[in-house]
Amino acid sequence: MIGDWLDIGSVTQIEPGNARTLPVRGGEEIAVFHTLDNQFYALVNKCPHKSGPLSQGIVHGNVVTCPLHNWNISLKTGEALGDDKGCVPTIPLRVDAGRIYLLRDAVIGKATA
Amino acid sequence: MVNAPVSFSDKTAASALRERLVVIGNGMAGCRAVEEVLLRDPARYDVTIFGAEPRVNYNRIMLSPVLAGEKAFDDIVINDAAWYADNGITLISGDPVVTIDRATQTVIARSGRVEPYDKLLIATGSDPFIIPVPGHDLGGVVTFRDLDDVDRMLAAADKGGSAVVIGGGLLGLEAAHGLSLRGMQVTVVHLMPTLMERQLDEAAGYLLKTELERRGQTIVTGGDTAEIVGADGHVSAVRLKDGREFAADIVVMAVGIRPATGLAKAAGLDVERGIMVDDHMVTSDPNVLAVGECVQHRGACYGLVAPLWDMCRALADAITWDGATGSPSGYEGSVTSTKLKVSGIDLFSAGDFSGGDGAEDIVMRDAARGVYKRVVVKESRLVGAVLYGDTADGNWYFDLLRKGEDITDIREALIFGQAFAQGGASLDPNAAVAALSEDAEICGCNGVSKGKVVACIAGGANSLDAVRSGCKASASCGSCTGLVESLLALTLGEGAVESGPKTMCKCTSFTHSDVRRAIVDKGLRSIPQVMQELHWTTPDGCASCRPALNYYLLCALPGEYEDDQKSRFVNERMHANIQKDGTYSVVPRMWGGLTNPRELRAIADVVEKYDAPMVKVTGGQRLDIFGIRKEDLPAVWADLNAAGMVSGHAYGKSLRTVKTCVGSEWCRFGTQDSTGLGVKIEQMTWGSWMPHKFKIAVSGCPRNCAEATIKDFGVVCVDSGYELHVGGNGGIKVRATDLLCKVETEGEAMDICAAFIQFYREDAWYLERTAPWIERVGLDYVKAALFGDPQAVSRLATRFRYSQRFMQDDPWARRAAGEHAELHQHLAEVRPFQMETV
Repeated sequence: MIGDWLDIGSVTQIEPGNARTLPVRGGEEIAVFHTLDNQFYALVNKCPHKSGPLSQGIVHGNVVTCPLHNWNISLKTGEALGDDKGCVPTIPLRVDAGRIYLLRDAVIGKATA
Repeated sequence: MVNAPVSFSDKTAASALRERLVVIGNGMAGCRAVEEVLLRDPARYDVTIFGAEPRVNYNRIMLSPVLAGEKAFDDIVINDAAWYADNGITLISGDPVVTIDRATQTVIARSGRVEPYDKLLIATGSDPFIIPVPGHDLGGVVTFRDLDDVDRMLAAADKGGSAVVIGGGLLGLEAAHGLSLRGMQVTVVHLMPTLMERQLDEAAGYLLKTELERRGQTIVTGGDTAEIVGADGHVSAVRLKDGREFAADIVVMAVGIRPATGLAKAAGLDVERGIMVDDHMVTSDPNVLAVGECVQHRGACYGLVAPLWDMCRALADAITWDGATGSPSGYEGSVTSTKLKVSGIDLFSAGDFSGGDGAEDIVMRDAARGVYKRVVVKESRLVGAVLYGDTADGNWYFDLLRKGEDITDIREALIFGQAFAQGGASLDPNAAVAALSEDAEICGCNGVSKGKVVACIAGGANSLDAVRSGCKASASCGSCTGLVESLLALTLGEGAVESGPKTMCKCTSFTHSDVRRAIVDKGLRSIPQVMQELHWTTPDGCASCRPALNYYLLCALPGEYEDDQKSRFVNERMHANIQKDGTYSVVPRMWGGLTNPRELRAIADVVEKYDAPMVKVTGGQRLDIFGIRKEDLPAVWADLNAAGMVSGHAYGKSLRTVKTCVGSEWCRFGTQDSTGLGVKIEQMTWGSWMPHKFKIAVSGCPRNCAEATIKDFGVVCVDSGYELHVGGNGGIKVRATDLLCKVETEGEAMDICAAFIQFYREDAWYLERTAPWIERVGLDYVKAALFGDPQAVSRLATRFRYSQRFMQDDPWARRAAGEHAELHQHLAEVRPFQMETV
C-alpha cells in the first residue's frame, strides 16, 4: 500500500556512488545510498563506532567506508565488516517507477521511539 | 506475410458441451497457455482468443532481428493460421476486448461482439512507458513493442538521417543496433550513468558502451530528456535538461514497460503494479486467470520471456486438473537471465549481483580478449553472474543458479568455466596447472610456455617478481599472474615462494608503481578502464584504490581527466575538514601567512553569522573556523570569496601552507625577503593535488623561525642565496630534511621547487609523504631525476606549471556558484505530524 511508504524523491537525485541525507524531525537522520551497481539502501546516518556520518563515506560494492575512522559498514545489513563489531539500523527501501520509497513506520518509528 | 484482420472458426457441434475458455491476448503468453492446456487435455475447452493486433501469434522477442534485417516476419511466426484451425480455436484478431463483465461471465469486444466464458484468461502483456515530456505526441515518436513499430522504424530508416533512442536498456539498445545497421546515425540517451544498469554492473556497462561507440553510435549516459522538439508536427530533435540537443528524424521511446492492467482494473480485479495472481495464476476472481507480463506474482512483475513458460505450465496444470488426483503444480517465481541480441556482442546476466550479506564476488578480467566475468557466491551457492565478451558458460552458470547447487567443491575453479571446473580431477587450480603440458602457453603477451616458466623458477626465480624479470611471464598485462603463482607453488612448494612487494590493495595483484606505470604506458584514461586493463578482482574497487586511481589519472592527464568526486575522501569531496560531530572546519588561504583587515573582518563576520563555536590559529599560519554544517558551506565560501579569499586546501592531499618568517624586510637578522618568496611560492603551488599533503616553509636566516627543515620542501635563506631542503616531517615520526641543493636566485629556487613537487607527484605512491618516499627511493634517486640531465628541472617544472593551469581554479567559488549542490543539500526532510493523545 502506497500509504505505508514515504516517497522521498527520484532515483536521479542521488548519483551512483553517492549518498544523500534525510533529516527526520525528532529522530535520527537517514542516509540514502545509491551504489555503482544501481542498488539503493537506507541506513541511520551514524556509524556504530563513533557516530560518523556514513553518508559522507566512499561507497564501493555494497559497502560504505565511514569517513571518520574507515570502518566498513554493509549497506544491506548495517553491520560492521571485518574485525569491527557493531550495527546501524537499516530502513526498508523500495524503488518503483523511478521513485524512492522508505517504509513509513521505520522512518517515523525512529522519530517517536 | 499475414497482416490483415483474420478470423478462423471451426466449431464442431460438440463444442457447445465443452467449457468455454476465452483468452484476452494473442501474444506469446496467451498462445503458450493454450498450447499447454491442449497438451494436457485437448478436448476439455472450447477456446476463443482475442488479439488486438491484426495478425497471428509471433515471437515478440525476435522483433529486434527483424528490425536488424536478420529475420523476416514469417520467420518469427509461432502459430500460423493452420494451428488455430487444426485445434478448433476461434481467433478474433484486430478486435480487442474492451469490457469484462464478471457478473454475466462475458467479455465485450470493440465491435460489440459478446463472448461468454467459463474460464477467462487475461494475457494482455504490457504497454511501453511513454515519458510525458513536451513533444512526446509528435509524429515520428515511436515505441518498440510490436510489428507496427518495426514497420514505422523501417520506413524512417529508408529515408536515412538521425535517430535518437531514449532508453539504454535491453530493448533500447536492440532498437539502436537495428537502426544503426539500417544506416541511420543513432544516438542513445540513457538516464542512468551506465547502460543496462538493471542487468550489468559498472564494469560490464563500460565495456558495452565502449564497443557501441566504436561501432559509431553516440551513447549519452546520465542524459535526462527535457523535450522532444518538433517542426510541422514531426520530431526534429531531442533536447536534454543540460541543454544538449540531438537531431532526430525518428525518436524511439524505450524507457520501460508497464503491465497492461486497465481491463482487469475496470473489472474490479485486485491490481497493484500488475494483476495479482496466486501460484496457480488465479486472480481475485476464481474464474479469471492471468499470465505473462501483466501479472504480479509474489510481489514480482516480469518483463522477460522465460517466466512465461513456467507460468503457463502452472496455469495449464491448474485448469486441467481433475480435482481428485494429487494437486496441481504451482508457479514459484522465476530466476531470470538476460542476453543482448546485438550481433557480435556477447553479454549475459543472471540473478542477483548486488552482493549483500555474506556474498562474495569472484572476478576475472582478460583485457586482451575484452572479457569480463563476475560471479557472485553466497552460502556456497551461485546467486548471480555477469559475463561480457565470453558468454560460453552463461547457461552453465544459469543452471547452477536455478538449481541452487552447492558449489563448494568447484568454487576455486568456478570462474574459469564449466570445462575447467568439471574437468575431472583438476578441481584445485594448482592441479589444473600441473596437468598442463610443458608447451602450454602461460603468458600470451610474451609467448612464454609452461616449460620456460618452470625452467626460470628452477633456475632460481623464487618470487613473482623474479619470474617476471627472468622470463617475462606475467610482466605485461598480468592476467596470467594466478597461473605463474600456481607454478611457483608447484615447483618450489608453498612455503618457499617469496612474497613480492606489497600490492596496492586487495583488489589487485599490482603494486602502486606497476599501476602508475601502466596508466602512462597504456594511456589509460578512466577508473573503470584501469580496473579492466589491470584485471581488478572487485567490480568497482574499494576505499583504498579508488582515491589512489583517481589521483594517478589526474596527475597523468592534466586538463583531460575528469575528477571523480565519488572516489574522493570526504574532505576533498566537501572541500572542508570533517570533525567528529559531522560538522566541518573551514580554512581560507592566507598567502605566506599574511592577512589584512578586510580578510579578518570577513572571517569575523562568518564566525558570527554562522555561529561558529570556535576559531583557531593553525600551525600553518592561518585561521580555522569550526562547526560549520555541510548545508552552510557554500554560503560561507561565498562570503569569504567576496573578501578575496580562496580555499586553503587544509583538507586535501595537496599543497597546504607556505609558512614564512618576516625576513629581511623587518627582521634585523634576515638575509632575504623570505615572506615575499613564500607568497610567490604559494601562488605558484596552490591548488595542486599531490600523493599526500605537502607543506612548505621559507625561513629568512639559519635561525629557521619558519621551521623549514621539518617541511616537505623548505627554503633557508643565507647571505649568498637559498638552501633548498626536502623530505622533512613533523608528524608521528619526526624527520629532518635532506639538503637537496643550494641556489643563488629566487627564480632558481622557484624552478627547483616546482620540479621537485612534480617529480614527487609523478613518482610517489598515493598516501606517501615525501619523508617515507625519500627513505624508500633514496635521496640520490631524487637528485639524479632532477640534476642528472641539465634540462630535467626545466622539463619537470614546465609539466608542473602546465598542470597548474587546470588546478588553480578555486573549488569554493565553483561550489558557491552551485556546482555539486546535491553534496550539500538534504534529499528531503521528514516532519512527522504529532498525534494528539488523550
